[in-house]
Amino acid sequence: MKEIKCECGHVNPLGTVLCESCGKPIEGNQHIDGNDDEKLLNMRYDGTARRSKTYNKSWIDRVWSFFSSVKVGIWLIVLALVASMIGTIFPQEMYIPANAPNRDPAVFYEEQYGIPGLIYFQLGFHNLYSSWWFMVLIALIGISLVICSLDRFVPLFKALRNQKPKKHKSFLSRQRLFSETDFVTDHDMETVKKQLRKRRYKITEENGHILAEKGRFSRWGPYVNHIGLIIILLAAILRSTPLFYMNEYVWVREGDIEVLPETNGEYYIENKDFILETHDENDERFREAITQEGVVASNFQTDVIVYKANRPIPGAEPELEPIAEDSIRMNQPLEFDGYELYQSGYQLNEFSNMTFKIHETTDSDEEALASFTVDLRNPESEFELESGFRVVLDQYYPDYYLDDDGEPASETNFPRNPAFVFLVYPPNSESAEVSFLGIGRNIDATGENEYKIGIQDFEMHDVSGLTFKYDRSLPFFGIGAAIFMIGVIQGMYWQHRRLWIQRKKDGSLLMAAHTNKNWFGLKKDIEIVIENTNVNMVTDQQELEEKVE
Amino acid sequence: MSLEKAKQSKRKKKRNRLIFRSAILAVLIGATIFAIVSNSKADNSIYREGDLAPDFQLQQVNHNNELETIRLSDLEGKGVMLNFWGTWCKPCEAEMPYMQSLYPEYSEKDVEIVAVSLDNTELVISRFIDKYDLTFPIPHDKTGEIRDLYKVGPIPSTFFINPEGEITEVVNGALTLERLEESLQKIMPE
Repeated sequence: MKEIKCECGHVNPLGTVLCESCGKPIEGNQHIDGNDDEKLLNMRYDGTARRSKTYNKSWIDRVWSFFSSVKVGIWLIVLALVASMIGTIFPQEMYIPANAPNRDPAVFYEEQYGIPGLIYFQLGFHNLYSSWWFMVLIALIGISLVICSLDRFVPLFKALRNQKPKKHKSFLSRQRLFSETDFVTDHDMETVKKQLRKRRYKITEENGHILAEKGRFSRWGPYVNHIGLIIILLAAILRSTPLFYMNEYVWVREGDIEVLPETNGEYYIENKDFILETHDENDERFREAITQEGVVASNFQTDVIVYKANRPIPGAEPELEPIAEDSIRMNQPLEFDGYELYQSGYQLNEFSNMTFKIHETTDSDEEALASFTVDLRNPESEFELESGFRVVLDQYYPDYYLDDDGEPASETNFPRNPAFVFLVYPPNSESAEVSFLGIGRNIDATGENEYKIGIQDFEMHDVSGLTFKYDRSLPFFGIGAAIFMIGVIQGMYWQHRRLWIQRKKDGSLLMAAHTNKNWFGLKKDIEIVIENTNVNMVTDQQELEEKVE
Repeated sequence: MSLEKAKQSKRKKKRNRLIFRSAILAVLIGATIFAIVSNSKADNSIYREGDLAPDFQLQQVNHNNELETIRLSDLEGKGVMLNFWGTWCKPCEAEMPYMQSLYPEYSEKDVEIVAVSLDNTELVISRFIDKYDLTFPIPHDKTGEIRDLYKVGPIPSTFFINPEGEITEVVNGALTLERLEESLQKIMPE
C-alpha cells in the first residue's frame, strides 16, 4: 500500500481522487469518481479518499466497507420498502376483525383469502413488522446510515478544514465555472476582494492565490439529518421496552372500582358513569343523515375517579386516596402521573339489580304479596320477607344458557342475561316451591306452585372500555425529527460556494468556482464581484458541453 | 521524518482505526441484538418456570375450609398448586373433581391446592362449592388484581410452585387426573 505524492509536494492517502492540497487530479484514480472521460471534475466529497473504497484488510474492515457503500444502503432501504408493502396486502394479526368467524391466524388467513392467505400466514407475514428479520433489516439500515455518514463526514471535514488557496491549473480549468483574463490590475484585484468580503465570502490568500468561500455550514446538513434519523431509530428501540411504552385495556363497570393493570396495584379506577350521547334527529343539520344512516353518536364519555392505592401486599384491601377526577371523552384522555386513560369502548345494559314480586298463581291481577331485590353484583342467598315469605336464591346464572347436556349454565361472568332458581317458602311452611326465572322465562317446574314470582323492576349499568397507556419515547421521536428537519434546512437553504482566483506575475488571471447547488446564485455573485473590473465573466462549461452535444 | 518513524506512525494510525471501527460496530450490533431480544419477548412480565411466584393475599371464601385469608408466602415450605378458575368456565369445572379427589391425600403430604376464583359474586362460588363438596381453600379475586399480577390469559391456568416459592410448571388449559397427580408429586417437599 502506497501513499501518493502529488507534484505540489503533498502526500495524499491512498484512494485520493483530487490532491488534497492543490486539487490536481491524481493519475490512476480518476475512475473512482468517473472523471476519466469527462471534461469537468466530479467534486463529490472534494475528491477525498473515502476509506471504504481503498482497501480491505481485516474482517472488521471488510464489514465496515460493506456498510460504507451507499449502494448497499439504498438496497437495504428498497428491501425494507418492499417488505413493508407486503405487510399491507392482508391485515396483520392484531387487526383481524373481532367479529371474524375464526380469529385464529392459522385458520383466518386461509379461510378469508384462500391459498395466498395460507402462504401469507405460513411465511409469517401476518406478524411482519415485529418479525426478527424485519427488525434486522431496519437495524442494518441504521448501521449503514452510521457507517456511511462517518466514512464520508470525517474525510470531507478534514479536506474542507485544510483547504489551500493554491490550486493546480488543471483543477481550475476543469471546474464548471471557469474564466481566463489576460491582464488584471492590482486595483481590480482589490475591488474583487472588497466585493467578495461585502458578500460575506471568507477570503484566504497565499502568494496571490485567493480562495473565497461561504456557506460551508451547508455541507454538514446531510450528516445532521442522519443524526436525527439515528435518534429516531434509537427511540424506536426504546419504545420496544416496557420502561418506555405500555398499552393495556381495562373494562370498568359503572360503580365498580378496578385495579389499573401494569402498575403493581398502585392505581385503581372507579367508573362513576358512562355516557353515550347521540346527535339530535330533530336538528336540521343532521336530520337527513340520521334518516339515512340511523342514530349517530356524538359523545362517548366516562366519568372516573383515579385512586392511588396503599396496600401492603397484592390482593389485600387497599387504602384508596383519590388523585384525579375527570370526564374522559374520545380523544380527550385523562392524564395523571405520566399515565393516560383513553375512552376506547363500551358495552351497554348489563343488569345491576332486579326486583321481584310474589303473587298467587291464580291471581290474574298479579297483586304483589311481597317483593324483594337481588343485587346482581353481590346477591344475598336468602331473603326474609315481612309478609312471612322466605325466599332462597338457590342458583344464579349471570349469563344464562343451556349447555351441551341441556343443563342451565352461565356463559360468562357478567350479568348480561341473568336467570335464577328460587325456593319460595310460603308463610309458616317448611316445604319450598321451586321457580325458575329469567329474561322472558318463568317456569314452574312442577306445575303445582301456589305462588308465582314475577319481575317487577330492574336497573342496568354500562361498561366502559378504557385504554391505559404511556409512551415515554415520544420526546425522543420529537428530538430526532427536529434534528432531522434542522439538517434538511441546513442543506437546503444554504449553499457552499467557493471561488478560486489565481493571478500570475504577468497579470493574467484564472478564476474558477464551485457550489453544491444553485449555480445561478453563484454566477450572480460573480457578476457583482467583477463589476467595473477587467476580469472576464466565468463561462458555464457544463452548459457549453450540453450545447455542443 | 525518517522512514522508520513514518512506518511507525502509520501502524499506529491503522491500529487506532481498527479500534475505532470495532468499537462502533460493537455498539451498533449490541443495539440491534438488544432491540430484537427485547421485542421477541414483548411481554416479559409473564411469569415462567424458574421465576419466584409473586406474593399476594386474598379473602378465602370456601366455608368448608377453616382459613380466612390466603397469603401465598405463608405457604412457604409447602408445595402449592395455584389454580385460576371461574364457575362459568366448563374446562375449569371439569378439573375440579380431580383436584378434590387428590386434595386430602396431598394436603397430608404438605402440598396445598389454592384455587383462585375469578367470579364476580360469592354466591355462585359457594353454590359451586356445595355442588362438588370442595374442601381446599378458594380465594376470591374480585377485582382481578391477582389475575393481572400473574398475567393469566384464558382460564383454567395453573401454576405449580415448589416449597422454595419458585414456579416449576405453568399449565394453560385443563389438566387430566394423571397429569395433575404427576405435577403434584413434583412439588412435594422432600
